[in-house]
Amino acid sequence: MHLSREEEQAYQGDLGDTLRRAMEILVALGDIYGADRLIPVASVQVAGVSFKTIGEAGLEWISDLRGKVVVPTVLNPAGMDLRRWQDMKIDEKFANKQLEIVDAYSSLGISPDCTCTPYQIRPDAVRRGDHLAWSESSAVSFANSVIGAKTNREGGPSALAAALVGKTPRYGYHLEENRVPTHKISVETDLESSDYGVLGYIVGREVGEGVPRFSFRRRPQVDELKALGAAMAASGSVALYYFEEDAPQAQKGAEEISVSAKDIQQVREENAPDEEVDIVALGCPHCSPKELEDIARLLEGKRVEREFWICTARGVAERCPNLVKKIEASGAKVFCDTCMVVSPASDRHQKMMVNSGKALAYIPGLCKIKAAYGSTEDCVKAATRRD
Amino acid sequence: MEISCHKISSGSASGPALVSKESISFLGTVDPDTGKVVDPQHQLCGEDIGGKVLIFPGGKGSTVGSYVIYQLKKRGVAPAAMINIRSEPIVAVGAIISAIPLVDGVSEEILATKDGTIVTVDANRELIRIEEP
Repeated sequence: MHLSREEEQAYQGDLGDTLRRAMEILVALGDIYGADRLIPVASVQVAGVSFKTIGEAGLEWISDLRGKVVVPTVLNPAGMDLRRWQDMKIDEKFANKQLEIVDAYSSLGISPDCTCTPYQIRPDAVRRGDHLAWSESSAVSFANSVIGAKTNREGGPSALAAALVGKTPRYGYHLEENRVPTHKISVETDLESSDYGVLGYIVGREVGEGVPRFSFRRRPQVDELKALGAAMAASGSVALYYFEEDAPQAQKGAEEISVSAKDIQQVREENAPDEEVDIVALGCPHCSPKELEDIARLLEGKRVEREFWICTARGVAERCPNLVKKIEASGAKVFCDTCMVVSPASDRHQKMMVNSGKALAYIPGLCKIKAAYGSTEDCVKAATRRD
Repeated sequence: MEISCHKISSGSASGPALVSKESISFLGTVDPDTGKVVDPQHQLCGEDIGGKVLIFPGGKGSTVGSYVIYQLKKRGVAPAAMINIRSEPIVAVGAIISAIPLVDGVSEEILATKDGTIVTVDANRELIRIEEP
């Protein structure tokens, strides 16, 4: 890989040990993936935040780092609401470790926004055509597919290295040749909002790491695209998809997949809720203001009868204090900085009902509890139903 | 015998060779407190990797493996150096953040090195020296 004189100095250690190690990470990954050089990134999102995921090993590494990030950098969701962790019944030992992790990241100049939807709290921080080093799979998918920015799916250390250097190796989704659709997906039915998570769940399993190009009967809304991309990145590892009519054409010989109403119905039936559901959780990915508004409306005049979490970014909750108040008047809890997938608070339940294809894919494996799926309306019904 | 190689993580170190023909997932396979291989399915089960020059094809498994390598280093039970046929991101990142010399780009013949042979990895000069028995 070609390095500029300044990059070479950093790589040789002339600018200190932290930068040397960061450069070694970028150069090693660049060599492994065949990058020709480093390119500047507009922003970074760092994974490896929940203590549940990275454990003592990760905490030790982050705590030992010295340095400052040089581009706007935010974090992935943590294992708990950083302020209301007691309401989540998180034990104090875990809470202290989690706070230590976020403090350690903050001391590197990283903003302690813990969210899978950085584009919802700082829409100005990412623009079409920007190169990024983002980590969280649904944020990566949204940035590549909906915003038209360019990012690979970074691991924790490689994202942090990119933040410290302000650059990332040029390979993968930074290159146009890797952004060509590999699969054509025709959706042969009208979709409701809650069908997009199911569609993503189905297509992700089919295309794996591919780049699907969808044709829809109507143009999906932003929150629907968020749900679609998140599910495909969880059931498969899709980091880029296309949904517009004028999107690039698929490569020659691209596999064609059609998804029917029956396919969607089948997943819904297989994952229908039952009496075992003892928790309902929304906000995977983190709720937008529009989604909070829908939930507040559905909950109006109702009381929740079982645990009901709504997960969002702190920046979004702070922008919508009245919606949060309305939702919580029902007994539901709006949690920030975290989600049902990365928090150990999920693990003490039996069966979680979600409206997210991503959560449906991850909850059984990562939380070791059962999952059920339904629309936002169905989820509110399940949470407020009296036995 | 000297072999040329490709630097992944800088530094230079020597130690007795420990060779695995299988790739290694550090998370779950190696105990981060003792440096012992604990996965009964793994070829190296029961071996200590601490202080060794660990020679293996490459890494696999969870990305948390990078942090496990760091923990091994902090406990003083990390390999002195590592040699891969072809490094992948988990071991590469783990070695770099732990300041463990790591090189790759050598032929598979390196996997025929006898355990215990003294091997020096000089990543900075991109050289591996294997002592004659």
